[in-house]
Amino acid sequence: MDKRTIAAAVFFSIVAVFLIFGALFMHPFGDPTEDDMDQYIIDNTQSQTGADNGVTSVVFDYRGFDTLGEATVLFTAVAGVILIFRRLKK
Amino acid sequence: MMGMSKIVKTMVSVALPLTLIYGLYIIAHGHLTPGGGFQGGAVVASGLAMLVVSYGSVWTMDRIKEKHLSSLESLGAFGFIGLAFLGLIFGSWFFNNFLLGNEYLFGMIGEGASNINTAGVIPLMNFAVGLKVIAGLFAIVLVMAYATSKKGGDL
Amino acid sequence: MIYNIPYIAVVTLVLIGLYAVIMKRNLIKIVIGITLIESGVNLFLITLAYREDSVAPIYHGSGMRLMSLPVPHALTLTSIVIGVAVLALMLSLIIHIYKHYGTLDAKEIGRKEE
Repeated sequence: MDKRTIAAAVFFSIVAVFLIFGALFMHPFGDPTEDDMDQYIIDNTQSQTGADNGVTSVVFDYRGFDTLGEATVLFTAVAGVILIFRRLKK
Repeated sequence: MMGMSKIVKTMVSVALPLTLIYGLYIIAHGHLTPGGGFQGGAVVASGLAMLVVSYGSVWTMDRIKEKHLSSLESLGAFGFIGLAFLGLIFGSWFFNNFLLGNEYLFGMIGEGASNINTAGVIPLMNFAVGLKVIAGLFAIVLVMAYATSKKGGDL
Repeated sequence: MIYNIPYIAVVTLVLIGLYAVIMKRNLIKIVIGITLIESGVNLFLITLAYREDSVAPIYHGSGMRLMSLPVPHALTLTSIVIGVAVLALMLSLIIHIYKHYGTLDAKEIGRKEE
């Protein structure tokens, strides 16, 4: 048992104690604490956007800027993968 | 990567059009039923990955070059940003839903009017993002499968 | 305390993934550990969006029922796509490392680098 294994075990046990302590004292499952914004979105989806799907109207209309960032991340990942496997013709 | 036997190739050529129709249905009805651009794009991309697995990556790479896939993906991204900027030009702010009042093209609002002709600019954005996800995921699978074969790389 | 079972499942997934990242030496097993941590975080985001006796936030045209919150569903969609992108880049870098060094052991690669 060298020093690296002992340090890794101490770090792992500290993180495990924090996580289990946090999981046992959360608020009960099925009872969200604050839901004023989501209740406004549920009530006004059909009259303000005209879509029946609440999740699509949040992704593309109320929070469309996050979808722009996610499309950029996907584009960068595909560009990186094609760049790694490029073969230059001699 | 070599292909598989004749029975697998026959069954894939029967199952592939059904998977493509199912995925395009999920993309097109994204504002009425559960689904949308990202989910439908993942379904179509996994159907095309079935093509790469069963017919071999050398056979697929001889017929579909990767520069066509990359230009399709750029078209999808350009369409998404173009719709956002058109909302700035025709409306007042970025990502404005400017097709929501007229009666010609995707304009109706109303409770219980669940046909495709509703919801403004959201179905067009669904098509742009779906095209981007299809081309991107298929390009990743094809390039990684071709680089680990005998002809494409030296692995 | 019996009603906090989803939170205990999240903590189990994160701890198993963290053990795989710290204690294993094969590069592929480290990547699998990172994917397990990602799945645990996605499950946690979905768990926060539930109300008691509710359905999905989609209108059918047959009356109004109690619906779950739609914003954490949208955040989970973004997180899943980002996880796929990071996994694709990690796997192509591992293929390139194997072509260059000939082994997949983290300690051997560190020893060859010196």
